[in-house]
Amino acid sequence: MSGFLKLLFRNRLAAVGAVIIGLICLVALATPLLPRADPDVPATADRFQRPFRPGHLLGTDHLGRDLASRLLWGTRLSLAVGVAAALIAGTIGSTIGIVAGYFGGRIDNVIMRGVDMLMAFPYILLALAIVAALGPGLMNALIAVAAVNIPFFARNIRGVTVGLAGREFIDAARLAGKGHTRIILTELLPNVASMIVIAMSTTAGWMILETAGLSFLGLGSQPPVADLGSMLGEARAALITSPHTSVVPGVMIFLIVMSINLLGDGVRNALDPRLRSGALTRPRAVTLVERRGAIPAADQKGLLNIQDLETQFHVGDRVYRAVNAVSLHVNPGEALGIIAESGSGKSVTALSVMGLVASPPGVITGGAVRYEGEDLLAATYRSLREKRGDKVAYIFQDPLSTLHPLFRVGDQLTEAIQAHHKEPDDAARARAVELLKAVRIPNAESRIRNYPHQMSGGMRQRVGIAMALANDPEVIIADEPTTALDVTVQAQILSLLDDLRRERGLAIIFITHDFDVVAQLCERVAVMYAGKIVEEGPTGAILAQPAHPYTRRLMACLPELGGGKRRLAAIPGLPPVVSDLPPGCAFAPRCDKATAACRAGEIPFDGDAAHRVHCLHPEFAPMEVLA
Amino acid sequence: MGAYILKRLISAVPVLLGITVIVFLIMSMIPGAPATATAILGSYATPENVEKLDRDRGLDKPLVTRYFIWLGNMLTGDFGRSFSLNRPVLDEILDRFNATLVLAGVAFVLCTLLGILAGVVSAARQNGFADKAFTFVVLIGISVPSFFLGMMMILTFAVNLRLLPVSGMDAIYGGGDLPDLPRYLVMPALALAVVATGVIARLSRSAMLEVLRQDYIRTARAKGVDERRVIMGHALRAAMVSIIPVLGIQAGFALSGSVYIEIVFQWPGIGRMLVDAILKRDILLVQGGVVFVAAAYVFFNIAVEVAQSLLDPRIKT
Ligand code: SF4
Repeated sequence: MSGFLKLLFRNRLAAVGAVIIGLICLVALATPLLPRADPDVPATADRFQRPFRPGHLLGTDHLGRDLASRLLWGTRLSLAVGVAAALIAGTIGSTIGIVAGYFGGRIDNVIMRGVDMLMAFPYILLALAIVAALGPGLMNALIAVAAVNIPFFARNIRGVTVGLAGREFIDAARLAGKGHTRIILTELLPNVASMIVIAMSTTAGWMILETAGLSFLGLGSQPPVADLGSMLGEARAALITSPHTSVVPGVMIFLIVMSINLLGDGVRNALDPRLRSGALTRPRAVTLVERRGAIPAADQKGLLNIQDLETQFHVGDRVYRAVNAVSLHVNPGEALGIIAESGSGKSVTALSVMGLVASPPGVITGGAVRYEGEDLLAATYRSLREKRGDKVAYIFQDPLSTLHPLFRVGDQLTEAIQAHHKEPDDAARARAVELLKAVRIPNAESRIRNYPHQMSGGMRQRVGIAMALANDPEVIIADEPTTALDVTVQAQILSLLDDLRRERGLAIIFITHDFDVVAQLCERVAVMYAGKIVEEGPTGAILAQPAHPYTRRLMACLPELGGGKRRLAAIPGLPPVVSDLPPGCAFAPRCDKATAACRAGEIPFDGDAAHRVHCLHPEFAPMEVLA
Repeated sequence: MGAYILKRLISAVPVLLGITVIVFLIMSMIPGAPATATAILGSYATPENVEKLDRDRGLDKPLVTRYFIWLGNMLTGDFGRSFSLNRPVLDEILDRFNATLVLAGVAFVLCTLLGILAGVVSAARQNGFADKAFTFVVLIGISVPSFFLGMMMILTFAVNLRLLPVSGMDAIYGGGDLPDLPRYLVMPALALAVVATGVIARLSRSAMLEVLRQDYIRTARAKGVDERRVIMGHALRAAMVSIIPVLGIQAGFALSGSVYIEIVFQWPGIGRMLVDAILKRDILLVQGGVVFVAAAYVFFNIAVEVAQSLLDPRIKT
């Protein structure tokens, strides 16, 4: 609770709201003690005095009554009525909600039907109908506003209760022979109470506004007693000649409602975990680049050349080093595999290339990414955008979430084409059909009108591939494009990519956690662990002779080629949380060859240019096949 | 699509019936039959008239019978006769509803456009100047009572600056020309739209932020789609799925909030009619007006659902 309050008050606006409404409440409570003129006694001689006259700080109204005094009493009345309405609506509505949620079934059904009916009314209309039946008057306005808000509470509290009613402690109480009433009062209520209080406090402002509104219409408090609404209503006749009589109560209503709104927002934000985790910040169009060290000099390796790349996530004051001094390159017509468990930074490496890491929280803090020698990390947005999809294209994992759910796949394809080529719509459309055929989608002409949810996983994945091929790129970065697919579809897609590599001279970076796939497609492979490359070399050599203990373990988990499920999780321990990497080798805690030296300093990259390994005690022993 | 609309219309029947039941029950809270007769007849409540009314409307019959008589009458277009206006309730409602529709309709269009625009700009420039400015204005907007805002607008723009007429809708009812209408409409429509604009802006902002985190936005960027198009095309389209239902709710608020605005600006709409009727205790007029507006809102919500199904192909039609 105190943590919650701290969070609430860190939000300065919420604190301002709390202070204002607190002050207003204090003054309202103290009003009877203040030495002010009677608010309801007319003094016709003093009509419409301007503010700041002696004796009348805020002036007087159309009957010569002291406005300041009327304001105090009116505020008191408005607050009391609003709070009372909130309490009544909250109590009755929550009771209905708890009963509906706890008993469920038919009772729930009937009650919620009724609630839906009530909610079908435009809000104030229902209140007007109730006042019409009961007759104007403050008490009746209060009843009307409370009644109209009951469905709101009923629905919200029911939702919470339904979630709780299925939990074990309720079942336990039932088994213990407790009656329904006791369960509701002793088990359920304490758990929903905080929800009820929050709902009441956030709607109180609304109810104050509504009762003031009814009074304004002349349907609430009746003269001579006035709440803020009826003060405003009475002052309306003299709006043009004596505006201050309107401004005074109007501003007060505004202050009350605003401070309650501020407080309510603060409460909601303090309770919303997404705000704290930064899940509600907008990712920039390009990942933020803040390189600290020197930019590595260009070397002539590869068409796409990643040099000492460092990408981090900054969440609050924690830093997650997702990618740590990674260097990779790929040549035209070559397929490079990156293999690792999930959470090792392989996807982040891939996304960093074209500045697609969500930022915030992602920041590229070092290294270079060179495409044909040009450093993409220093490129303008324009130049990067022109290369995205045109020179370097991506195939993403899970095409259900990576294709736009509301656009037809044909439109998404033509958009990819037209982003780079000023083709007329029908030409682009024809090309889209051609692309779908190229990835062997049957009935491409009609499939093009499908939405993603109307296709199977394999079909969607092919659409994703077709989209990557749309502009005949030089490099394709495929991030686990086959993980979600069954083995036959996977094989088809792999051979498709392989054909393209050979026919078009495409360079492919293929990210996976699956040696099987790498063996089929890639000449070279890099193994990543905890944001670093631990071993890199020709696929054949590494498959035959894994040098890094981690690679060996990865492969040990792999059943014979073409076999069933892969069991990567079988490696004991988990990849380290990249926020606090131990010094030395990150794999040491899981490595059975680890020595004190491994945990001490930096581990150098060893070996020749073709096959390098990041380990103090590499093993060139032939692979043991664990059955 | 036709079948879907028909299905929605059929599913509205129980809701409409529920509305009549609720209104009927509320109105039967009026204590005692004599009071009811007075409420219907007003100063015409002579003993003979009361007796005749009892017979016609079945006021001496049990509650359930009375409900069905009332419902049957309404279905044939007989909403009764208003004593205070001495004219059929339905005629009055239809006249007044037109005026309200103009006001609430324009306000609805305003709050939709302005709200979504502000929300999108806020999200696109999150934590930038525009975002902070909008957030502040929205906070004020949703906290100011519309009736007070309307009064302050009159004071500023009509009285002090003399830019706009103080009140009324003379263009239609005072013999003026239609081109005059906008001048009369500006202030009430704005005053009515402010709160809803704020709510829609807030929601649009958070919906956009939510959507901009999605994988398919990254896909669009990876394709090389221009950022402007990413936001206005891809993100907004997806955000609309969560914005549209709120538009329906806000339309309800605009419809009922027009009660205050019609009073402040002397707009000859149905809200003002209702308030006058309540003050005069003209119960048939209130009853008819409430049922009529609530029914209109139900149909509007069906339109919202249909719009939603057009936007989102995943909804089964
Ligand atoms: S450096 Fe040491 S701890 Fe790390 S993998 Fe090699 S042997 Fe194991």
